Amino acid sequence: MTFHLAQLNVGRTVGPKEDPRMAGFYGDLDRINAIADGWPGFVWRLVDDGGADATSLRPFGGDLLVNLSVWESLETLRDFTFRSGHLDVLRRRREWFVPLGDVYAVNWWIPPGHIPTVEEAGERLDLLRRKGPSSDAFTFRDPFPAA
Amino acid sequence: MIGRVDADAIAALAEPQRRAVYEYVARSGEAVSRNAVSDGLGIGRTLAAHHLDRLAEAGLVDVSFARVNGRSGPGAGRPSKLYRRAAAEHELSLPPRDYRTLATVFADAVEEAGVEPVLYEAARRQGERLKRDATGDEELLRGLGYEPYEDGAVWRLRNCPFDGVARTHAALVCGANLALLEGALGERVQIDPRPEGCCVTVRRYQK
Repeated sequence: MTFHLAQLNVGRTVGPKEDPRMAGFYGDLDRINAIADGWPGFVWRLVDDGGADATSLRPFGGDLLVNLSVWESLETLRDFTFRSGHLDVLRRRREWFVPLGDVYAVNWWIPPGHIPTVEEAGERLDLLRRKGPSSDAFTFRDPFPAA
Repeated sequence: MIGRVDADAIAALAEPQRRAVYEYVARSGEAVSRNAVSDGLGIGRTLAAHHLDRLAEAGLVDVSFARVNGRSGPGAGRPSKLYRRAAAEHELSLPPRDYRTLATVFADAVEEAGVEPVLYEAARRQGERLKRDATGDEELLRGLGYEPYEDGAVWRLRNCPFDGVARTHAALVCGANLALLEGALGERVQIDPRPEGCCVTVRRYQK
């Protein structure tokens, strides 16, 4: 049985969308999302009612932005994350996102066709924070193979 | 205790001609045949084959088989043996040193603290120091292990010298790498991630 990979990451920005310090991030968002959508192995990503991205959603309350997406494998997600135009955004993330002081990203395996909910994603992040990396919730740094 | 595999691999390079064969395969960037090595270095085919097989035994090159011209079926002939530089890293440090483990721990700490800009600034200063001691740009890139090669107006960098840590901390390491090269070479450096090799390209000439 093959599995797909779901990933969640959360972040707190240095200011609201209108803040001039955020212009570089929001100005590049459509381009980066288009790279993701066309990347081999991309399956799905969470979008708000606007349909372009998830930056208006605050499912975990407060001011936490979320990225929730599904990929065919860890390798395809890794390639997009670190071997596409997305790398430069990641490199510059401290220009736009404050250090969270806690685990901010989690991966987990799902059956193909499953669309993860934000509640499910939040539980996985919580699991990773409480118990560390496991086959149910893991990181790029400490990956686990699909069961 | 000295690692046997690493010591054997490095010992295989003690012979100067074999080292030339290894370097030829490494800079080819793709799988090459015995004949290509023989022609490229002006040595006999049997000798080239001997060196290549010895490098393969030592784990320094990987072997694959392919039919030249993509022919198949009866009459296509035997597939030729192709060689490419192995991805496995070999390290021999006497007395033993292990900077990778320490670098990985540092990277974890930088990420947890969220002080990437401090890391990038330190890398930039290190690049400026390296520039002071370098005789030329290409020599500097070569000396650091980037294996630059010309591609039109830019140098692409075949090898990531920090690959071991980049695998676990790509954003940090690529960011520090870019800053280091900017410190050494200035504005000519651009981030340009590709499937393999370093994520940076360098314009060969000042604008």
